[in-house]
Amino acid sequence: MNKSELIETLAQETNLPFREADSITNTILEAMTNTLASGDSIEIRGFGSFVVKEYDSYQGRNPKTGQKIKVPPKKLPFFKVGKELRERVDKGK
Amino acid sequence: MTLTKADLVQHIYKIHDNDMTKAQATEAVEALLKIVKDCLIEGEDLLISGFGKFNVKNKKARRGRNPQTGQELILDARRVVTFKPSGILRDKINGK
Repeated sequence: MNKSELIETLAQETNLPFREADSITNTILEAMTNTLASGDSIEIRGFGSFVVKEYDSYQGRNPKTGQKIKVPPKKLPFFKVGKELRERVDKGK
Repeated sequence: MTLTKADLVQHIYKIHDNDMTKAQATEAVEALLKIVKDCLIEGEDLLISGFGKFNVKNKKARRGRNPQTGQELILDARRVVTFKPSGILRDKINGK
């Protein structure tokens, strides 16, 4: 499923016009993005949580050339699936 | 501050205060979460451009260990959800 299919489904399920469903979806994604961008975490019961992990700079290598490079410090978001969803996804196999 | 479902409802309600009730905003958040969850439970990947991709992956059974007792055990084949952030989200988190 992609984003426009998600919005389309939301419009159908809630009987809202597509434009409204689009605005709601984008509002949610924006709030989530802004939260992670400020280094905060997200916790949604029954779904999962997102945390931002910080990495220090480290000495890496270009795997193609073998050349040593300095990898700058970075932050990455991690998603941990909630218990209920984890169990239901696993059962669906 | 951790963002919760109640915060998401509040965000929507703030923007749609003249055309939506709080109950409708709550309903919309619940509906969206249900669609996302049902999609993953069906084993279907979910690609949200600009945010990231939720993948459903099949893991094979493997031999593992109980880290507390050191005892070997067989971990059954599982189906798990993984998340890969989009480049846009990564850049925003890194202030680019």
